[in-house]
Amino acid sequence: MKNSTEIIENIEQMAANMRRHILDMALEAGAHSSHFGGGLSVVDITATLFGAVMNIKPSEPEWPDRDRFILSKGHGCLGYYTALHELGYISHDELLTFEKSDSFLYGHPVMRRDKGIEFSTGSLGMGMSLGIGVAVAAKRRGKDHRCFVIIGDGESNEGSNWEAAMAAPHHELDNLVVILDRNRHQQTGSNTEIMDVGDAASKFKSFGWHVEEINGHDAKALYATLSSRRTDGKPLAVVANTIKGKGFSFSEDDNSWHHKILTKSQYEAAIAELSDAGAKQ
Amino acid sequence: MILDKRKAIGFSRIGSRAAYGMTLFELAEQYDDLMVVTADTSTSAGLDRFRKTYPEKYLDVGIAEQNAMGIAAGLASEGMTVAASTFAPFQTMRCCEQIKVNLGYMKHKVVFTGLASGVALGTLGYTHCCIEDMAIMRSIPNITVLSPADCGETAKAVEAALNHHQSVYIRLTGSSPNPPVYTEDYDFEIGKSVKLRDGNDVGIIATGSMVHPATKAAERLAEAGINASVINMHTIKPIDNEAVAQVCKNTKLLATVEEHTIFGGLGSAVAEAKAPLKNAPPQIMMGISDSYDKAGDYADILDHYGLTVEKIAQKIIDAYKNL
Repeated sequence: MKNSTEIIENIEQMAANMRRHILDMALEAGAHSSHFGGGLSVVDITATLFGAVMNIKPSEPEWPDRDRFILSKGHGCLGYYTALHELGYISHDELLTFEKSDSFLYGHPVMRRDKGIEFSTGSLGMGMSLGIGVAVAAKRRGKDHRCFVIIGDGESNEGSNWEAAMAAPHHELDNLVVILDRNRHQQTGSNTEIMDVGDAASKFKSFGWHVEEINGHDAKALYATLSSRRTDGKPLAVVANTIKGKGFSFSEDDNSWHHKILTKSQYEAAIAELSDAGAKQ
Repeated sequence: MILDKRKAIGFSRIGSRAAYGMTLFELAEQYDDLMVVTADTSTSAGLDRFRKTYPEKYLDVGIAEQNAMGIAAGLASEGMTVAASTFAPFQTMRCCEQIKVNLGYMKHKVVFTGLASGVALGTLGYTHCCIEDMAIMRSIPNITVLSPADCGETAKAVEAALNHHQSVYIRLTGSSPNPPVYTEDYDFEIGKSVKLRDGNDVGIIATGSMVHPATKAAERLAEAGINASVINMHTIKPIDNEAVAQVCKNTKLLATVEEHTIFGGLGSAVAEAKAPLKNAPPQIMMGISDSYDKAGDYADILDHYGLTVEKIAQKIIDAYKNL
């Protein structure tokens, strides 16, 4: 049994490794470009989920009792594929096929359960509903596994999210966890410029969710919040305050990195930053 | 499900929507993992008894069809047998992209049923009518589209759909009472149309609520000396190409009849099947012309669009004489 310090260190190391892989993938994608900023903002969340919280068996991807994961903001897939790689679902060579013809790693996830990719996502506003279906199935069958869904704040513009936000507490789905990647940007600008979800925590709370608002890059806070199970019938909404493009000085909080080509010189500068931060090479 | 005269008449009396709910009630015990999803439409779908008797197999998501189809797909992704339903426009158009992504793209299998499709709810206006669903659903890969001819066939379609390998859209038309086309048992197979009548002059292909008037129109044609075959095309996708080829070979005129816009539904599907055939007969397409211009009583709307026995027969006679 690892102590909590070791668990947090492992999550942080995994996140650093994932950021390194993201650089490799973004560089390899070349002119296809990649959703760099929104992938980096979820890395610490997915590292926590896959590295420490979720009950999963990488050797048996379709283990019936596994915790389920849905990346509703499918464009954040760089922060998903790299987590799957760290656990051994996807090889490094496969990571480098990202967005290439005949690859199974598209710019939005396409379902490959044998590779740990549970659902095809990317059309925004659909993941929470899928998660409710998964959570209802578990409840009706008396199963203990949980379902984790990551949504974006730009994604929260879609009305279908709020249909789901109403339904999950109504059906007492305390096995459902929704994490809002609150990076405060969307495709063509900041939330305040385009369409702001506003006080998301209050909105979820008013529908009957248990809500936690945390720093979405703080492994300790993420681990403490996401590893605690609820038994009171309330689904858990975690408003994770994040920074789009988190990890590299040139991309942090700069929305031009929503979808952008990574140049070789930017790649090298980023690698140097990671080395300075002590990441495993 | 075995159909007998008593059942056919009983179903006919209650209409296709209640027949749908009753069928699920009868089949509930056969599927341990059945989940019936509704959007505040249990009464409209004849599911009140199901809801009371099998609460563990029932889920109401409120008036939220996008969420309903996402949840249905989530349940299906866990291997459950899922039957969702609400009124046809909301079941197909409000949640069209959820159907595309979850059922078409990911292939999660859900049986979803559009209640009161066509113009049966004409007194409520066109918000509650649905003349577009076959066209839209037919365009999405990995979705089978059924359009049962009567209430007994509705029951057979529901059972066949639950056992089908992919998602199925079931389009329910007609009102209550709904005249039975079938009063005794027959083989219902998805993708295989049923010939109800033989005739070598005209081939009438009808679907849903229009099958019954098509058979009656064929009787009128016989009185006028024109022998018409009648085919119940209960599966719109995949269309029964073999049956279309057969009827094209044996007749001089083809007529399609549907309670749906003339664009993209049965007529279009038959025309697509006919397109590559050599020496195929001309086709007249009967359905709702491209408009929302007549609401009101069901019978009045059908009459307005020429979808009565008399007007179907007359249109065919006129076309046949002009060959």
